[in-house]
Amino acid sequence: MEQMITCINCPVGCRMKVTLNEAKEVVSVEGNTCPRGRKYAMQECTLPLRMITAVIPAEHSATPLSVKTAAPVPKHLIPQIMKQLRQLRVSAPVQMGQVILPDICGTGVNLIATRPLPADQ
Amino acid sequence: MNREHVDILIIGAGPAGLASAIAAREDGIESLLVLERESQPGGILRQCIHNGFGLHRFSEELTGPEYAQRDIDRARELKIPIECDTTVLSVSPDRVVTCISRENGLRQIEAGAVILAMGCRERPRGALCTPGTRCAGIYSAGTAQRFVNLEGFMPGQRVVILGSGDIGLIMARRMTLQGAKVLACVEIMPYSSGLNRNIVQCLQDYDIPLYLSHTVTDIKGRERLESVTVSRVDERRRPIPGTEMEFECDTLLLSVGLIPENELSEGAGVSISPATSGAVVSDSFETSVPGIFACGNVLHVHDLVDHVSSESFRAGHAAAAFVRSEKRESVFLFVQDGEGVRGTVPQKIQLPPAQDVTLMFRPSGVFRNASAVISCGGKELFRRKAMIFTPGEMASYTLKADSFAGLDGSEPLTVRIEKGAE
Repeated sequence: MEQMITCINCPVGCRMKVTLNEAKEVVSVEGNTCPRGRKYAMQECTLPLRMITAVIPAEHSATPLSVKTAAPVPKHLIPQIMKQLRQLRVSAPVQMGQVILPDICGTGVNLIATRPLPADQ
Repeated sequence: MNREHVDILIIGAGPAGLASAIAAREDGIESLLVLERESQPGGILRQCIHNGFGLHRFSEELTGPEYAQRDIDRARELKIPIECDTTVLSVSPDRVVTCISRENGLRQIEAGAVILAMGCRERPRGALCTPGTRCAGIYSAGTAQRFVNLEGFMPGQRVVILGSGDIGLIMARRMTLQGAKVLACVEIMPYSSGLNRNIVQCLQDYDIPLYLSHTVTDIKGRERLESVTVSRVDERRRPIPGTEMEFECDTLLLSVGLIPENELSEGAGVSISPATSGAVVSDSFETSVPGIFACGNVLHVHDLVDHVSSESFRAGHAAAAFVRSEKRESVFLFVQDGEGVRGTVPQKIQLPPAQDVTLMFRPSGVFRNASAVISCGGKELFRRKAMIFTPGEMASYTLKADSFAGLDGSEPLTVRIEKGAE
């Protein structure tokens, strides 16, 4: 099986052809011009990862709380994670870096606050 | 009205204003003041909740609020006064700043030096001459970003995005994750000015089609937007009849460029460069008006906040040197844009330079396997090869102070891109 991948590491944006065997293991990467491209292509074809950022409505604050996953999470879990985030509510005040939701969707990754959020006066 | 006095007054508490204030304070300037029209410092980073900021400066990927917080915390440590909810009305050529706030009313402040750090704003619909009705539901991408990320509400549910700059791409993903349907991203140019990373992670990840060489040719709706028409354009960017596609949508987001916000600068008599729409500055970021400095997106629009910060630290140090009356010889070497180059900053370099000089410019097109060449009167000072130059990525090169030895300013410095073999 072949898969085409656009490299995101730099503005060159190499178009890479990745060949996978039946066990979905990478057999070859073609079209990359540096080792970073090869590494990215292999990750992208086996288990693509993404950071998720969002905002969560907060009680006692007119401004919502911005959050992120503390590490990249598997891309295929994004819809499931977003569904869970849309039901989430927090209560101000919140510290920057505070864990808002531990082990999100069984990934072992925590959802953390990316700003301090004081309670409104 | 009684007049106050400060040594350095900084207009804007975004990344540029904060970095320049930190640098000036670290140089020992006791009397300084930052004015901010929003209710909190941080500037546009407050609404940029996505990650990818700070890779150059901190060697890690931060979200916008996290990046801003580092500078806010440092400014607090240094006890830098930041007055929020304060709007500057005018700056005079002799550096009297008039500002107004609910708390303090109308005030005039004399400043030993002024640093302009007001940032930029988005090109509005009016600048595009797009036909169609004046219905609700048309926003700039940054306005929508503010609604979703800071005010906590969605501007619409079926969205078309015009322009493929990074803010438009980021908002395509943001609106999708919040449950909206993004139908298309439409770009008049044959290439996107956004980063590859954003095209992959904001459009391709969510199967949002990118229509290159297309534009919006009609906008329909009485009260609220009902649909937009998208047409293919020819190589001269004229719509081709018969290629129309109709998208039913309630929201159109515009991501069609940024303009430095220089009304205050112009009022102070600062010369503006037609290439950057920002001030003409020397290598110490001093404008054409003595003692008035400019840095960040009000000077020229950057792609990376890391570059805004490093430029603004240098501007802060230079303003501190100015108020300490560190006079320098005023022989200038003028900088001109050569082939393939637009909007080189700074536009002039004081000879001999006190330190290394960083030249920043935007390539005027896409050039592969080309070289950036900096020369003066037939003498080549600098050459650097790159696999690609694109208008979406600002080029930045630092020349050692001693590489200017022997230059007397009689001939300009030329920055150009030399095309390589395809």
